[in-house]
Amino acid sequence: MTTDSQKNDDRKAWMGVLARAKPDALAALMPADQPDHVLLRAPEIGSVMVRGRVGATGAPFNLGEVTVTRCALRLACGTVGHGHVQGRNRDHARQAALIDALMQTDRAEAIRTQVLHPLAQTEQAARHARAAKAAATKVEFFTLVRGEDK
Amino acid sequence: MYVAVKGGERAIDNAHAFLAEERRGDTSVAELSVAQIREQLRLAVNRVMAEGSLYDPDLAALAIKQARGDLIEAIFLIRAYRTTLPRFGASRPLDTAAMAVTRRVSATFKDAPGGQILGPTFDYTHRLLEFRLAADGVVPPAPTALATGDAVPHITGFLNRDGLIETDTPSDDIPPDLTREPMELPASRPLRLQALARGDEGFILSMAYSTQRGYGRTHAFVGELRIGTVEVEMDIPELGFAVCIGEVEVTECETVNQFKGSKTEPPQFTRGYGLTFGQTERKAIAMSLVDRALRWKELGEDNTGAPAQDEEFVLMHADNVQATGFLEHIKLPHYVDFQSELELIRKLRAEAMSALQKEAAE
Repeated sequence: MTTDSQKNDDRKAWMGVLARAKPDALAALMPADQPDHVLLRAPEIGSVMVRGRVGATGAPFNLGEVTVTRCALRLACGTVGHGHVQGRNRDHARQAALIDALMQTDRAEAIRTQVLHPLAQTEQAARHARAAKAAATKVEFFTLVRGEDK
Repeated sequence: MYVAVKGGERAIDNAHAFLAEERRGDTSVAELSVAQIREQLRLAVNRVMAEGSLYDPDLAALAIKQARGDLIEAIFLIRAYRTTLPRFGASRPLDTAAMAVTRRVSATFKDAPGGQILGPTFDYTHRLLEFRLAADGVVPPAPTALATGDAVPHITGFLNRDGLIETDTPSDDIPPDLTREPMELPASRPLRLQALARGDEGFILSMAYSTQRGYGRTHAFVGELRIGTVEVEMDIPELGFAVCIGEVEVTECETVNQFKGSKTEPPQFTRGYGLTFGQTERKAIAMSLVDRALRWKELGEDNTGAPAQDEEFVLMHADNVQATGFLEHIKLPHYVDFQSELELIRKLRAEAMSALQKEAAE
């Protein structure tokens, strides 16, 4: 049996994948049979103040804002989905909210396979590719043999 | 007295049309797309996001196009747009220790765990013009190596273990926000960092340089400079937990300064901190030097009267949108102001002349 906190962690993970996904990538993976839903909060563009910490670990400070679009909707069965995605793409926020809602229904496993896994894989691949290029620029130090060591 | 003057509307409309045409330039040359600016002038985009204080690469690229490459004008456009957005809330503080680094160097520890990762840097280039770029060229793919995925811990953590460096006490205090309330002086360190993070790169650079040259001596080492992406998390009240709402690229710089101790503090290293949106390392390094210079009072150091130690001087003049607004407004019509100046000068001259004539006559 899964606990509430495990459920929340799971939901948190998929919402993150949806938020970070490229809008086009999510749009291309949306299921053809989208259920009827009502918008509780129509897609709305706004900002979130991003905070850092003094010296990386100290008191918080305001670094600057980021554009975010949010949306909330309800399926006919009453399930509520939320989308909070970076950028200003209304479709992205609505689609993220719809996937969030469907992930709480019995279609969850199908959605996980068809939508979330491909998005997560694309993201992982992009991260690995960038990390691999960075790794190639890692400095390998070597010490020159000094005369007196001979 | 204000005298209402009408006119100039047609001239203004035509000036804007002329501006649009000049922006486009020679139509036999292909038009620049916003995506091209976003991808190929990324450091300009980063600067506009950092100083515009809004992370959105597409908007920054559009602003650069509209401003014809004038970055301060582009920053102005972004700041103006930002004011139209409803604020949904604030993020949890970024966890920069969990950054996916593309660059990470330390000038103080050669063998830092995680290594020295140069990343896409101009350092070690010869600064010779590459004429190949003037022709169309296909770039070979960058070499890759196995990424170990090991943690890349903050370097100041190593000095902390021996108690040789000051520590920052974590807190969850709500920081002041200068976009909501006017800046109050003396400013707390969080407020100073916000002002510096959105301050003009050129101004912050010059202030930092002045401290290196001796005006408020901060002999700083770059303990660590790291660039990469970090996830942005925000608490969502409807959900009752925090979710990742996106990912931003940031530059973080921690400088380490020698400190001979004061009445309250033992001799140890002290720190300056810089954090900026995007790959903007000149700005982040400069920010950390200025942050350190401004801490003289808290650390019990002498005020040498250096500009970089003067909080009011630094914070009130760092914002290029405020600065350019006040500077450039003097070119706009001041006909009435000037008319009164003209009359005053004429009157003073007439008085001075008649006094002279009187003197000559006596």
